[in-house]
Amino acid sequence: MIEIAGVSKVFDNGTVALEGISATIAAGEFLALLGPSGCGKSTLLRLLAGLETPTAGAITWAQGRPKAGEIGFVFQDATLLPWASALENVALPLKLLGRPRAPAREAAAAALAQVGLSEFLTAKPAALSGGMKMRVSIARALVAKPKILLMDEPFAALDEFTRQSLQEDLRNLWRRTGLTVVFVTHSTYEAAFLASRVLVMSPRPGKIAADFASTVTGEADRRDAPSYTAFVAEMSRRLRGVMPAREVLA
Amino acid sequence: MNRLLERIAPVGFGVAVLAAWQCAVWATGTPKYVVPGPWDIVTAYAASSGELNAALLSTLTVTFAALAAAAFLGVVLAVAMAASVLLRAAIQPWAVALQVTPLVAIAPLIILWVNQAFAALVICATIISFFPILANTAAGLAQTPAALLDLFKLNGASRWQTLLLLRLPSAVPNFLTGLRISGTLALVGAVVAEFVAGSGGFASGLAYRILEAGYRLEIPKMFAAMVLLALAGVAIYAALGGLEYLVLRRRER
Repeated sequence: MIEIAGVSKVFDNGTVALEGISATIAAGEFLALLGPSGCGKSTLLRLLAGLETPTAGAITWAQGRPKAGEIGFVFQDATLLPWASALENVALPLKLLGRPRAPAREAAAAALAQVGLSEFLTAKPAALSGGMKMRVSIARALVAKPKILLMDEPFAALDEFTRQSLQEDLRNLWRRTGLTVVFVTHSTYEAAFLASRVLVMSPRPGKIAADFASTVTGEADRRDAPSYTAFVAEMSRRLRGVMPAREVLA
Repeated sequence: MNRLLERIAPVGFGVAVLAAWQCAVWATGTPKYVVPGPWDIVTAYAASSGELNAALLSTLTVTFAALAAAAFLGVVLAVAMAASVLLRAAIQPWAVALQVTPLVAIAPLIILWVNQAFAALVICATIISFFPILANTAAGLAQTPAALLDLFKLNGASRWQTLLLLRLPSAVPNFLTGLRISGTLALVGAVVAEFVAGSGGFASGLAYRILEAGYRLEIPKMFAAMVLLALAGVAIYAALGGLEYLVLRRRER
């Protein structure tokens, strides 16, 4: 679906964020980009979204460069409009795309139902918990029926219980819809639970250190499966290998 | 109990100061054309309340017209400055220069150039009051969350959509803060302009009544006009603060 060929990104201040990244993203896979802070995983996600342009190399899409609304993006924070209701927030992308109002609101209500928030259509963000706000944010990313969902550490700021329940719902959503997902995380547990494939990245400059197809089997009680624990351990070993010596000790 | 005391404290303090003032005036036998006591001021107000209220209304009309003009001008300039680096560079130094030049120095020119009295006063008061709205709104526009700007970009939003649906609504809290500061400045501007204009011949606002009472040594009436001005200033500040609170509370609930 997407071909990343020799992509590098150097920022204006001279920081080399990414160096010689090559990878292929297949349609329908759940790809986790896993790595420590500063490995350029968020930059890679922004390059995929077209929010940044690569300094060298190219990103090619099989069906051509996505048009407006064809990429769903979920940010680290929910980033909702505080003055708008959940429904208006979710309908926003459709409004920006110039879709008619009535079907846009219907689609937004359906997207909110998909994330389990049918009862909170008129609630404004201040009235919602952190987890609920993130669900609204996910509904907003899905409302325009995007070809790909890009997520930048969306659950990092949530508490453990909320995080696990959102992870379960996201995994089910992916299994149900067959959507292509690229998910940035620094948690091996999160990557092992969610992804069908994990790219481990190493920092300074960002490079791909390993490419794992998930070996986790089973959906029910996934977190208790021995294959899950084994996959987490394997990725952790690999991550220790890519960390600078000083940070491994700490 | 403590909260009640806190509520009463400013009133109690005011009453105590007024009582002390009245006693001092009585005890020293100071003539009221030098320092009038609070009671003299109240009587003076009662004697010419019609004239003073009309003057207050005139000053407030200038103030609110100027505040409306300042809000419009401030927002338009802030949007222009947010839209283009070139416009920002072009506008900013002039806005600051206009802000730091004392109004008393500019007012005579404006009154000389603009023949219509009301317009001249409004222009003076606008000049002194638009800057806080401009500066605060510009800051608000610049603080639009980057992630939301990205979201708008990903969904193909036009510049106008981004401005109307994201940047301006994001700047509303800053705009309201600016408006609250500008409200009292507009009153100050109106009074200063009236002072300058009053000596040149137009006569309607409170400043003119203060000047006139001063010339005639009607010091209690002069004080009454000043008290009205102070109360008007406090009321404007409180009303705009209340507006800010209500708007912000309503829109996020």
